[in-house]
Amino acid sequence: MNKWPLWEVFIRSKSGLEHRHVGSLHAADATMAMENARDVYTRRQEGVSIWVVPSKAITASNPEHSGELFEPAQDKAYRHPTFYDLPNELKHI
Amino acid sequence: MSLPIEKLEEEFQAKIDAGHSIEPKDWMPEKYRKTHIRQISQHAHSEIVGMLPEGNWITRTPSLRRKVALLAKVQDEAGHGLYLYSAAETLGISRDELFEQLHSGKAKYSSIFNYPTLSWADIGAIGWLVDGAAIINQVMLTRTSYGPYARAMVRICKEESFHQRQGYEIMLTLCRGTEVQKQMAQDSLNRWWWPSLMMFGPVDAESTHTEQSMKWKIKRKTNDELRQQFIDITVPQADFLGITVPDPDLKWNEEKGQYDFGAIDWDEFWQVVKGNGPCNKERLDTRRQAFEEGAWVREAALAYAEKKEKAKDLAKAV
Amino acid sequence: MKESLYQYLLLLGDNAMILGHRLSELCGHGPSLETDIALTNISLDLFGQVRNYFQYAAEVKDDQEKTTEDKIAFLRYPHEYRNVLLVEQPNKDFAFVIARQFFFDAYHLLLLKELCKSKDEQINAIANKSIKEVKYHLRFSSEWLKRLGDGTAESHDKMQAAVNYLYPYVGELPSESPIEKEMKEAGIGPDLGVLRTAYFAQIKSTLAEATLETPQFFGFHSGGKKGVHSEHHGFILSNLQYMQRTYPEMEW
Repeated sequence: MNKWPLWEVFIRSKSGLEHRHVGSLHAADATMAMENARDVYTRRQEGVSIWVVPSKAITASNPEHSGELFEPAQDKAYRHPTFYDLPNELKHI
Repeated sequence: MSLPIEKLEEEFQAKIDAGHSIEPKDWMPEKYRKTHIRQISQHAHSEIVGMLPEGNWITRTPSLRRKVALLAKVQDEAGHGLYLYSAAETLGISRDELFEQLHSGKAKYSSIFNYPTLSWADIGAIGWLVDGAAIINQVMLTRTSYGPYARAMVRICKEESFHQRQGYEIMLTLCRGTEVQKQMAQDSLNRWWWPSLMMFGPVDAESTHTEQSMKWKIKRKTNDELRQQFIDITVPQADFLGITVPDPDLKWNEEKGQYDFGAIDWDEFWQVVKGNGPCNKERLDTRRQAFEEGAWVREAALAYAEKKEKAKDLAKAV
Repeated sequence: MKESLYQYLLLLGDNAMILGHRLSELCGHGPSLETDIALTNISLDLFGQVRNYFQYAAEVKDDQEKTTEDKIAFLRYPHEYRNVLLVEQPNKDFAFVIARQFFFDAYHLLLLKELCKSKDEQINAIANKSIKEVKYHLRFSSEWLKRLGDGTAESHDKMQAAVNYLYPYVGELPSESPIEKEMKEAGIGPDLGVLRTAYFAQIKSTLAEATLETPQFFGFHSGGKKGVHSEHHGFILSNLQYMQRTYPEMEW
């Protein structure tokens, strides 16, 4: 009944890098989630910026659908630069 | 398109054998899920209960430098408990349910924390021996098959690296100090040595979970292998301190390239596991009390959050 | 002057140490894991400040037996501790912890803002470092004051009871002692008279935000700054000094 909801914590370890998921925690509200994230996940200077997101706000893909979601990309090699044959002596391309 | 369970299990095992991680939403055998909830939560409970014997000395540290180090260490243990509870929660159980299992005595935690800390040297011995033993287990677990557990362990191992050094430094200072300090260190080793060896669990022949755990890569080495590894690492460290491991049968076996050691008192081990150790009741009471006394606080924070949320909605509606 | 500066550093350091000690008692006993970690962080910040003040105090004191931060922390007589009575008050429940913390943090931040302008370079530097920590402490304790004050009926009553109990101890913080007067005149410490007004205004407004009443004024308890403490103090020292008193003259 008095369970604090779960939050996911994302941290930018230094400016120029993206926020990365580091873990989760419990907090009653966003302010507390932010403070808890600071106290729990940045005790060793791990971050310069924090995002907290209620876990229930995340929609995750279903592993059962992995086939139709991800496998169709497998044979699309033309999206990668190595697909295209060019002579080795060619420079800057 | 649902596959028969045997087929799913086969694919699951193949995935583990190939070294792939299992993630929360992946299909997994019910037993795998339950085993993980049990093991991860036991591990989490150990961190939380483990705060108490060391916490016992926070207000009595002999110097300010030791004070901040010990506070930071015990705080890390709270953090590690939190990471592990979070990992367990990905398996569909709540932290409150896990607490309930701990408080009712249904869930176990590492028996080592049912021993008392009687002197300052015990803080050194815990860091050196207990954390030393834990690290051996934990390093192995960074490669365990369940993704969230493995990631929590990576973080924990990174943070724990100072814990054992902190403990050994305390021991070293004592052993280089006065006669009474050296005695304090020896007395502490005498009391913590055998319980530390018991931390690796029963001998392989009697370990009920080992085989399945190896198959699922929850474990990569057996209890006896890990125990031997610990002894071989730790005995030379005791020698360096100039104190004596309390085992008359301990001696180097040239042929095997490892130490032979004396018989472990497994009666004592099972007594403590069953709840009859020197501090079992006290530790659980303390945890229960903290949780119960915190109930109105957690409830109030939630009520406040709901009030604020409603006020926000109201403002939007207007 | 040197002796006065030394005494002033004790006054600053002792408040942080005794409050840090009280918070450290809670490590492993917090109402949630997250809160446990947060309170320990505050305790660690305070002990960090203590070490800065006492290391400086050890430099200032040019005695023959070469004092150290630890001798200052652990080997004084009870009447030589200069902390205010507020920080000695026990952790009766979480509402007491929060009320005590808020009352101290609100004063502490105002004090550090002034000390950031201190003519004493070291104090100035310590204050500039500490102020960031204390801003966070005040945010933490104010937020919790509001949560508990405006949470459930039960938490409101508990929070109000703690505020009522501890309020008589807040007046000592901005009451000028002879040492503080001397420091003010030397440009090292602030004018507590000015600070006092701001302090009480802030207490009143934050309490109101937390739907709590500011208790009526009946007079304040004091004595800590001149070394006359509450009954709790001796027990704090018996823990704090235990190792140094039981095993004198050893390295740890």
